Parts: sequence; C-alpha cells; structure tokens
Amino acid sequence: MGILEVKGVNKRFGGLQALGDVNLSVAENTVHAIIGPNGAGKSTLLNVLVGKLIPDSGSVMFDGQSVLGRKPHEINQMGISRVFQTPEIFADLSVFENVMIPCFAKRDGAFRMHAIESTHHEKDIAEQAMAILEDVNMADKRDMIASSMSRGDKRRLEMAMCLVQDPRLLLLDEPTAGMARADTENTIQLLKDIRTKRGITMAIIEHDMNVVFSLAERITVLAQGTPLVEDVPEKIKGHPKVREAYLGEAQV
Amino acid sequence: MLGLNSRDLRLFVIVCALCLLAPILLNPFPVASSLGESFNAGYPALMQRFVIFGLLVIGFNILFGLTGYLSFGHAAFLGVGSFAAVWMFKLLSYNIVPAIILSVIVAGLFSVVIGYIALRRSGIYFSILTLAFAQMMYSIAYSDLVGKMFGTIVTNGETGLQVYNDDPQFLMGEGAPTVPHLFGLEMNSAFTWKVGGWEFIFQNGYYLSALFMILGFYLSIRIFRSPFGMMLRAIKSNQTRMSYTGLDTKPYMLAAFVISGMYAGLAGGLLAAMDPLTGAERMFWTASGEIVVMAILGGVGTLLGPVFGAGVIKYLENIVSKINSDILHSWFAFMPEWMENLVVNILYPFVGKGWHLTLGLLFMAVVIFLPGGLMQLGEKILALFGRKKKSDDAKTGATEPAE
Ligand SMILES: Nc1ncnc2c1ncn2[C@@H]1O[C@H](COP(=O)(O)OP(=O)(O)OP(=O)(O)O)[C@@H](O)[C@H]1O
Ligand SMILES: [Mg+2]
Repeated sequence: MGILEVKGVNKRFGGLQALGDVNLSVAENTVHAIIGPNGAGKSTLLNVLVGKLIPDSGSVMFDGQSVLGRKPHEINQMGISRVFQTPEIFADLSVFENVMIPCFAKRDGAFRMHAIESTHHEKDIAEQAMAILEDVNMADKRDMIASSMSRGDKRRLEMAMCLVQDPRLLLLDEPTAGMARADTENTIQLLKDIRTKRGITMAIIEHDMNVVFSLAERITVLAQGTPLVEDVPEKIKGHPKVREAYLGEAQV
Repeated sequence: MLGLNSRDLRLFVIVCALCLLAPILLNPFPVASSLGESFNAGYPALMQRFVIFGLLVIGFNILFGLTGYLSFGHAAFLGVGSFAAVWMFKLLSYNIVPAIILSVIVAGLFSVVIGYIALRRSGIYFSILTLAFAQMMYSIAYSDLVGKMFGTIVTNGETGLQVYNDDPQFLMGEGAPTVPHLFGLEMNSAFTWKVGGWEFIFQNGYYLSALFMILGFYLSIRIFRSPFGMMLRAIKSNQTRMSYTGLDTKPYMLAAFVISGMYAGLAGGLLAAMDPLTGAERMFWTASGEIVVMAILGGVGTLLGPVFGAGVIKYLENIVSKINSDILHSWFAFMPEWMENLVVNILYPFVGKGWHLTLGLLFMAVVIFLPGGLMQLGEKILALFGRKKKSDDAKTGATEPAE
C-alpha cells in the first residue's frame, strides 16, 4: 500500500466535473508525476490533498490516516508540504525569514508563544535555513525582500521552504514553470539530489516533459478529471490514449 | 545588552533619556515669556498623556503594525482599564498597585472574548466588528446598563465614575493619602526646579507612567525581534502560506490581539492612577480613531513611530488648541495693522478649536508624502545629514546577523 491512497474522489464545481472517480496510489520513496492537458484537474487534485478543497465523495489516506476534514496546517504537520502553481511565499519578508518560518513550524508545531527570545539566538534554525538556501543556490540572496525576486527565484524559494521541513510527501505543482532553461536543469538536479539524500516521496505536476521523464518513476495521465492510464515512463511515451488526450500537443 | 542588538539598544537608551529629561526638554522657554505661555509642554498633566498614549499606541502597533489587522475599537480596552482601576480605588484604597494590575487583567479578559469573535473575520470586517464591540461597550457604559440590571452603580453612566467619601476603601489605612499613591508616594506631588526664568516640574506620576512606557517599549522591541513577532509579520504577508506551512494563524492573532488589549488596559489604569475618575467617553469611537491616527501618523510597524504619533497629536490637542486670536495678534503685532489682521485671519482657522484642521492637513500630508509616517521623515532628514540610511524597521532589523 502506498503512503498516499486516493480512492474514488469526486469534485464538482457547479456543472463541471473537475475530478471524476480519481484513484491514485503513491508508493513511499518514489516520484510520481501527474500530467495532463490544461484544465484536467491536476491542481484541483492537489487542493484536495492539502485540505484546500473537500471532495464531494471519496477518501484520501496519508500513511493510514484520513486527511479529509483536517485543516491545512494539520495536514502539513502530518508531513505533507506543497509548492503552489503561483508561488505562495511571504512576499514582504526577507528570503532568510521565509525559510526560517517553516523551520520553526516543523520544530515548534502549529503554535508556540515565543515572544521574548530573539530570533537571532536560534542558531539551529538559522543553520538549517542557511543550509537549504545553499542547496537551492540562493545563499547570496538571503537578505533580499522576497517580492523583489524573479518568478523563478520565488519558485525555488518556495521549494526550499517546503524542503527544509523534510516532509514525508512533497507536492509540486509545476515547479519549473517560469524558470529559465538553466534554472530548470538546476531544479531537476536539486530534486534528484534531495531524493537520494533524504528519500522524500514526491508527487509532481509538470507540463515540461523533460522534467517529467528525468524524475518520475511512475506517471498518471489525467484528462477531464479522470485518470486515463498509470504506468512507468517508458510505457507512457507512446501510449495511444495519452496522444489522444494531448491532441495537438506534440511533445509527448 | 538587555538582549537587544546594538541598534535597538541605542534606540532604547534614547527613549529612556527623552523620558527622563522630558520635563526640561519640553519647557524650552522661560515661563513668563509669550513663547513659554504658548508652547511650553512640560507640565505634568500633558507629559503624562504623552507617555500613557505612547504606551497605548505601542501596544496597538503590535497588532496593527505587525499583523496588519486594524482594530477600530481599541479605546474600549483603555476604558475598561480605567473603570477597573477606579473601582479598585473605591473598594480597596488609593494605592495604585491593585488598580493597575486589575486594569491589565480586565482588559485582557475583554480582549480574549472580543478578539475570539472578531478574529473570525479579517480585513474590513474585522475592523467593523471591533468598532461594533467598542460602541456597544460605550453604550453600556454610558447608560450604565449593567449597573441598572443589578440595581447598583457600575460605570455610573453620564456622570462618570469617581471616588466618593462614603466608598468602602477597605484597605485604606489611618492617615493614608487621599490621592492615588504608590505605597505612600503620591502621584501628583512634584518637585519644581527654578533656574532664572525657567521652571521645570518633576512629578512622581509622570515618572511612574514614563517607567511603564519604557517597560512597554522594551517588551515591544523584544516581541518585534522574536519568532512570535516574525510569525505576526508572516500573517500580514501571506496567511495562505502560513497555514500550508503548518502554522495555525488563529492563536497567533489572538495572542497579538490580547497583548495589545492589555497594553491599552494598562494605559487606562495609568490614566486613572493619574486622575482617579473616568467616564464612558474614553471608549467612544473617536477615541479609537485617534489611536489609529496616532499609529499611522508616527509610522505603522516601526518601533518608535507610535510614540511620536501619540506625542504629536497630544501636543496639537493641548498646545495648538489653546492658541487664540489674542495670542496670534500679539505674535504679529510688529506688522502693519492691515497685514497683522490678514495673517491672523489666515492662521486663525488652524489654531484653537480649529486644531483638528491642522491635524487633518498634517495627516493627509503624511499619508500622501510619507507612507512610512513621521519616522520616514526622520530617516530622510538623517540621510540628508549624510548619515548612512537607517530604518528602525523590523524588516531590515530582523535579518541582521546575530550579535
Ligand atoms: N475553485 C474553483 N471553482 C470553480 N472551478 C474551478 C475551481 N478550481 C478549478 N476549477 C476548474 O476545474 C477545472 C480543473 O482545474 P485545475 O486547476 O485543476 O486544472 P489543471 O489541471 O491544474 O490545469 P493547468 O495545467 O492549467 O494548471 C478547470 O476547468 C477549472 O476552471
Ligand atoms: Mg494547475
């Protein structure tokens, strides 16, 4: 049984069936890619996983526990972190603070009254934060205000914020969108390194097939809210159903 | 030192020095001179207000400055603090210790309840909810609804609450002072120092209030630089990211709200300790609005801004409002008569009762040209003098390397 088990999930927005009977199993310690054309329901599926949306029916189990009905911060504390399609960072805070906050959340839990001690005296937290910034090549930007960075940098920052928590499951919604070619390569390398070093399970949504095929061990193709096929990358490439779903999109 | 980095420490020392020397600094003119009559602000009643409202706005800034949640009902906590303190005078004695402790506790309890409810919403709805609560509390106090319900007096309605001779004052010893005091040290007694034409008044009450403001200022620096303070700024920046990072925003918000409510309660208790009477008007919405204006005028989210904002407004309210047309005429008496009349007529709407007009113009100018408040003006002036540009702001301060 996988660390993440999605069974029979349905979600309608008015008349639109955004998710129809989605079944998905992500095995521990693998990279599972979810691909599909625009509007297929990929982000909606992630929204269900992190507690942003409640599905109309179905179940979502993480490590044997249901995530449905839990608040987003509780789901994160269970070990699921998410990188959003449009970067969600603390835009008014410095890059360094952006990565310190998830460290505190990981160490101190959802709330801690920690009002007298100075942030500077948290040497362990500062070290963790610095280490992850070096991993994503952003150590030199630590004092920049996050909003002043490029879109690609914001994305890498958000990834660092998730990685620093050492999550058991990392959800990535188009992590390389808006990145320059070189940055995309760096990101692929980073994710690979993280995988071998820490053994994080990842579910990744991507349009860039280069990224998908260099990272994923299994791929699920989603179209109009329903999984079409699920298989290893080699078999997905030439699959007729996949071609059909991507009709007009030549990269598969 | 004191757990502050060198820049914060310098700021803190400056504030301490200003508080200590205020009776001298605020009385720069000889008493008998016309400038002294108009502009000397170093008299105890006004200095008390400077520091007590400074304390109030420092607390307000922990909520508004860090989290961005604009409470429009903070005067309510000031009000309950004052009522609690006066009740302690009525029931126990004129010793201010129980009064001040209770004022903080009662304001804390009120802010837990109001905060819990108002924080279900954010943005403008949060502001409206706090305003509604404050106005409700004002109405209840103004008509003494609670007192009427139990057939007694609680807030004493329109008359306001004060201490009467037949109040129980159970702990009142023989020959104990009949004015607020700290273990015998009377708040309103003062030492006057006369040098030449100058007169400087050092009053116990002022120094006690200043001590509380200094402590409050110190605590606020610690909060600004703490992980808790960083979380509050994170809430202001992106609540979605907060919760997907595993942090529960609700208790953080509530803690900030209660802390700032307790600051307000303390300020209310101190107001009563300086002058042992209070009334519902202390909770009126204009009083809450004044707190907001003080914070914005001084510089929201800066450490020192709130103190300046409070100072400027109390100065305008007490000094500029006393300037009348006779005083204006005496200033411009050197001009030919037609010119004197012209100048006085132009200036007159802005002084005396028109001080609100001055305040309004000042406020507009600050909001338009100095979004960072008067603190930003201070920085610009410092920069002009060639000093390295420094901001007293949490943003840059928090990223400094450790000492
Ligand atoms: N909150 C919502 N309310 C209404 N409709 C929604 C909502 N969220 C998503 N949808 C709709 O559900 C469908 C699936 O959207 P989703 O964002 O999951 O697609 P996607 O696969 O992530 O596409 P993309 O590759 O463009 O990001 C779309 O038609 C979208 O308009
Ligand atoms: Mg999407």
